[in-house]
Parts: sequence; C-alpha cells; structure tokens
Amino acid sequence: MENIEITQEVKPPNTSKGPVKWLQNNLFNTWYNTILTCFALVFLFFVFKGVFSWVFIQAKWEVIPANFQILMIGPYPIEHVWRIWIVLWTLAVLLGLSAGIWKGLVLRISTAIAGVGLIFLLVPLDIVKNSEAEYATLEFNINIIYLIFFKRRWLLGCLALLVGTFFIGRNKNGLKKWIIGGWILSFPWTMIMLHGFGENTVSTTNWGGLLLTLLLAAVGIVACFPLGVLLALGRRSKLPAISWVSTIYIETVRGVPLLTILFMGSVILPLFMPGDFQLDKVIRAMVALTLFSAAYMAENVRGGLQAIPQGQVEAAQAVGLTYPKTTLFIVLPQALRAVIPAIVGQFIALFKDTALVFIVGLLELMGIAEGIVGGNPNWQGYHVEVYVLVAAIYFIFCYAMSYVSQKIEADLGVGKH
Amino acid sequence: MMEDNSPKVISDKIPFYRDVRFLQVFFQILFLIGIVLLAGFLYSNMLNGLKKQGLELELSFLRTEAGFDISEGIEYESSDTYLKAFSVGVVNTIKVSIIGIFCATFIGFFFGIARLSSNWLVRTIASVYVECFRNIPVILQIMFWYATMLVLPAVDESISLFDSIFINVQGVYLPSLEGTAGLIPWLWYLLVGIILAIIVVLGLAAFRYFFEFRELHETDRPSFISNIIFGAKWVAAPIFLIVTIVGWFLTPEVPFELLQPELQRFGFVGGMNFSPEFTALLIGLTVYTSAFIAEVVRSGIQAVVKGQREAARSVGLKESQVLRLVVVPQAIPVIVPPLTSQYLNLAKNSSLAIAIGFPELFQIGKTMIGQTDQSILIFAMIMVSYLIMSLTTSAFMNWYNRSITRMGRSK
Repeated sequence: MENIEITQEVKPPNTSKGPVKWLQNNLFNTWYNTILTCFALVFLFFVFKGVFSWVFIQAKWEVIPANFQILMIGPYPIEHVWRIWIVLWTLAVLLGLSAGIWKGLVLRISTAIAGVGLIFLLVPLDIVKNSEAEYATLEFNINIIYLIFFKRRWLLGCLALLVGTFFIGRNKNGLKKWIIGGWILSFPWTMIMLHGFGENTVSTTNWGGLLLTLLLAAVGIVACFPLGVLLALGRRSKLPAISWVSTIYIETVRGVPLLTILFMGSVILPLFMPGDFQLDKVIRAMVALTLFSAAYMAENVRGGLQAIPQGQVEAAQAVGLTYPKTTLFIVLPQALRAVIPAIVGQFIALFKDTALVFIVGLLELMGIAEGIVGGNPNWQGYHVEVYVLVAAIYFIFCYAMSYVSQKIEADLGVGKH
Repeated sequence: MMEDNSPKVISDKIPFYRDVRFLQVFFQILFLIGIVLLAGFLYSNMLNGLKKQGLELELSFLRTEAGFDISEGIEYESSDTYLKAFSVGVVNTIKVSIIGIFCATFIGFFFGIARLSSNWLVRTIASVYVECFRNIPVILQIMFWYATMLVLPAVDESISLFDSIFINVQGVYLPSLEGTAGLIPWLWYLLVGIILAIIVVLGLAAFRYFFEFRELHETDRPSFISNIIFGAKWVAAPIFLIVTIVGWFLTPEVPFELLQPELQRFGFVGGMNFSPEFTALLIGLTVYTSAFIAEVVRSGIQAVVKGQREAARSVGLKESQVLRLVVVPQAIPVIVPPLTSQYLNLAKNSSLAIAIGFPELFQIGKTMIGQTDQSILIFAMIMVSYLIMSLTTSAFMNWYNRSITRMGRSK
C-alpha cells in the first residue's frame, strides 16, 4: 500500500478564460448548439427591434408623468400626502434598525426594499416633457439632479434613513424588544396616520394606487400567516371535528377562484350581516384576500409539518413538553424553516392577487390604470403604455420578493444534494 | 402542571376536568357548537334580510327565460332559459381551460427544458421569459393582450400568415377541418382497421405466449402485456395505417376538407374564429401558466439526483437514452402534483375573463345575479361548478400519479 508511485503527472484542467473561449464553451460547443445560437440571435434581433421601436418611437409616454401621482396614491388628497411620507419614514427607521440588529434574512429583505426604492428614485417617471430637445441636452442632466434632491427629497430622505439607521442599529442587541414592540405598533400607527380623525379624516374610499396595493398585500401577508398555520395544525389534528372542519375549509377555498371569494365579500356578505351594519369596502377586500391565501398557506405549512420526523414530537413529549409547547418550540420552527421558499412564493402570489380587487370596485394600482385609460377621455388609446408601467411596478416588487426567496433558499441549502 | 407530565399511570382518581380523553371530546363539542352558532347567526341574518326585501330562495327561476344575449359559445338564444345560459358559460370555461392547458403544457415544457440547455443564450432567453411572465399579475396580462387585440388592423387590412391565418381587430381566423360526404364511409374503414388490428394483436400475443415461448420457464416468459405491446408496435399499427389510408382513397370523396377563411363583403366567412376576448384570455392564461409550468418542469428534472445521470452515462447509455430511460421516469412523479395545481389554477383564473367580457361561467353567473334576485343560489351554483371541476381534475391526477409512482419507483 505504501508503494504508490506517481507514474504520470495529471495536468490541471484547462482554466483558460476569455471571451472567445467563453463563446466557444457556452454557445458553439456542439453543432446543434451553434444552430440554436443562430436561431436565438435572429429571434432576439426581431424582439429587440420590435421592443425598441415601440418604446422609443411609437409609445406615447406623456400619459405616465401626467398620471404618476394618481397611480402612486390614488385620490388621496395632495395636502395630506406628508402623512404617507411620515409612515414610510417610520417604517424605514424600524426596518433599518432591524436590519442592523438581526442581519441575515432581515438585511436581505431591507436590501431588496432599498433596491426598489432606488429604482423609484432614479427612474424619471414624473418629469413632464416640455420639448423634444430636453432629453438630449445638458438641461436634462440638471433636471435629474433637481428631480432627486428636490422633487423627490422625501423618498431620498426615506432611503437615507434606512441606510443610516442600519449603521446605528448594528450590534445594538439591547434594542431588540423595543424594535419588536415598534413593529407591532407600526400597523395601528399606519392606519391612524393614513386615516386620521376628526376634520383631517381621509376615508378609505380615497385610498388608492400603489399605496392601496401595498397596504392590501401587507395586511394580507401579515394576517394570512398565523391563520394558515392554525389551519394546517387543525388539519393535522387528531381530533376529528377540528381536522374535518379545517380540511373542508381548505379544500373549498382552494377549489374556487379568488374572484368568487371577493364577490362573496361584496355581493353576498351584506346579506348575511345583521341590520344595516356594513363593513368598509377596503376591509372586506382585506378579509377576502386573507381568508383566501390562508388556505394556500395552510397547505404549504402542512407540507413542512409532514417533513418533521415523528421522533421529534415523541422526544419533546418524553421530556415533558405539553402540546402547545411542543408545537411552538419544536415542530413549527423546523417545519416553517423547511418551507420558507414556498411561503414566500405564496406571498408573491398574494401580492399579484391584489390586482383583482379592482373588479369589485377598489382603486388600487389596476383600478387606477383602468380609470385612466377607460374613464378619462384624454387618455383613451393609451392602454398599452399604462399597462406596461403597471406591469413594471408589479414586476419590480415581485422580483424583489423572489430574489429574497432565492437567497434564503441558498442560505438554507434547500435543494442541494 | 408538573403532575400532568409525571409518568403516573392514568387512573380513575384523576378528576374528569383533568382527563385528556374528556377534555378532547369536550373541546371538540365546544368547537362544533361555536361553528353551528356562527352558521345559525349568519343564516338567520340572511333570512331576515331576504324577508325584508320580500325574496324567497327557489331554483324555479332557472326555467324562466333568460333574455340576455351571449356573444359566443354553444347554440343559445336570448329566449332560452337561465339554465341553458349557465351551461353556455360552463362549456366556454371548459373550452378555454382545455385549450389553455394544452398550449401551456407545450410551451411550459419547451421553456422548462430550454432553461436547462447547455447553450447560454437559449438558457437566458428562457429565464427571462419565465421571470417576466410569472411576476406580472395574470389579470394585467389578459387586459394587456386585450388592449393589443383592439389596436390590430381593421378587417380588410388583416395581417395574414401563409394566406390562411388572418389576424384583425375582430379576432383570429384559422382554417378548419370540416367533414364531407365521404366522412361516414371513411369512418367505417377506420372502425374495420381498429377491429382488425385488435384481433391480430390479441391473436399474435396469445400465439407467442402459449406456443412460441412454451419451452421457457414461466418466470422467463415475456408477460402477456409486453407481447401485446410488441404486436401493437410491429403488426397492428401498420395494418391499421394501411386500412385507413386505402380507405381514404376508396371513399367517393376525400373525407375532410380544409376550409379557408375568406374575406367577403361583411368580413371573413368559413374557418374557425377566435374572438378578441377569447384570444386575449387564451394568450394571457397560456403565457402566465406556461411560465409556472416551465419552473415545475425545470425543478422536476433537477430533482433527479445527479448521481443517477452519471451512473447512467457510466454504464454506456447514450445521452438520449439517459434522458428517456433514467431522467424522465424519475422526474415525472415529481412533476405531476405541482403540474396538476397549475392546471387547476389556469381553470380558476379563467374567471378573470370578467374583466374583458368573455362569456364564461363567472361572467354569465354575474349577469344572472344582476337580473334575478337569487344571488345566493346563483353564487352557490358558480362555486359548486368550480369545485366539481377542481375536485374531478385533482382526483384524476391523483389517480394518475399513484399509478405512475407505483409502476416505476420503489421507495
């Protein structure tokens, strides 16, 4: 065994790099890949040609700056917009501090949010085009600076706060309890600030645009999670009454489209309410979204629960933990960790689903877009431009979420063999 | 709390309010009573509300005249009953779902496999396609396609592809296959071909099983099924093809003809017509779902452990054999369950047609709610229709999944 002789020296693998080598390896390594590459190039040429000629020549973008504000906040009165900014600043402070303290997952989320904010800061969507020449001249560059530092000073401040508080919050573990308390209080704070009271009330009918979309999604995400966990536990319960009721609920909700649930909220629910009691339209949509996604959430969580070995539960019982303690401290942490990607996927789906509430008459992003191109005679025939902008907004948010999800997946090592 | 967990044997001395068995039953009863009370509360509210409006729940309205028009679907007139109108909606939903599922599967598999290509450009194009279309709400996509349909050229300036497909503001016109007078005789030839093929296959299989392999021991004999497959491949298929092809020429008239859409004075006549609403809905649903199916396919193929491919290559299988014999059989059980839920999502998302006015189940149901005062019953009908579709599809796919997992996989 000791007499192993090295008979032949193996050369290290060829690691030569360079664009030509890269092209050869990735595009032209076999004859069929060469053909595929050629087809793909022709395809790309036509796609780019079409897209470019539409974006830069045909599209009439003036519809966007003219309606930018209403797309963002809907009919929210302009003199009260500072309240939205106060809320955003509060959230930025909380998020920055949390990112500094917890790092990891929270840091990833805040990076994604900061990225989204940066896109909104830099893309000149609300400049009004005075003349064609403006785009090509130096004046335009000055405009951008003006735009960022003056017109968008609120957003700039928001991002600055986020970054600043991140550096302040680093390694200040003593603040943890306060931050958690702050997050819990942030929801009523947001609602109070947005709604106001007395003379300064802005009723929910005036909430709209991206603001309402984000609000619906945030409430849905926060509320559907505990409900989904409860339903999943209920479905796996040994008690037949609870497990049957949970199963019937989950399967019924998953078997029908979200639209039926939303319509139930707007058309049928009033019939079931006592007397003249009426729930607010926005609240009804929030409830419908929450109930709908809780059923899907429950199925995701159940998948995680099934992956927990029975031995974990038995060991917990053996050391004398009660059912609630076993569930809270042993089962759920492991189960949820295993299905984080699926849960984030569900959050993305919920975010996209908020687009449906315009069908029951809410003025979120889609509702505003419909209102602009369908209701305003000045902007008829601008469908495609408005839809493309709205699609881009949805894409930015969803892609940020799925980016976070992919990073978590990589951190947890899910899917590696 | 401590006594609860001590290893004492449960005895009759434990008071009943500490007995787990009692508590379980007690809480379940409490839970059920709570649910029944809630349901009762809602029900009594509903009755009160209905009484106040002077309404009654009854299904008899379904037999009365609907009185509204439906732009497309199976044969229907506004003088038909509500029930008939509802069934038009059901058929339209099923139609768009089936065509959509078919196209989405095809495109989804294409992009899913393209995402695993060794060609960087192909891989990137596929990734961009998937990321773009699955991160934009499907309702927005449907409305986008509808908006683009409406800015298409007018009828007499239609975009024409190969002089047989015409695209204009009124939708898409495709050539259609129509049966002629020769269809019925040809169907007889088809039937004869099928019967002949079955007889020959069974006969051959029986012959091989009982005579040709008689000397072999029972365990070495090819099974009856594999004999049938062998016969079907080499004998029955040629016989069937010959009979049907000969029949094609023997019939007095060619059984099918291709009807080209033709531009006449009032628009196109002949061929198949997809309305702008249908086309927009179909494109939106197909593109959105295909992006998800591509992800399902990609992750399914990647779920096959790398060692399996390497082992297959090392025993000398060709790349095509590695795929066909090793990777695909192991990927399919992983792919089928999420694929099913994508199919169901597509069917459920077809309800979004309400935004562009394609008359499917939900749209017609909503019109009915507006016209009658039976909103609760109509709503129940809509929900039950969707539930039946979902539950039957998932039952079928569960059955299919069980049958393929049983066949090829030992756990």
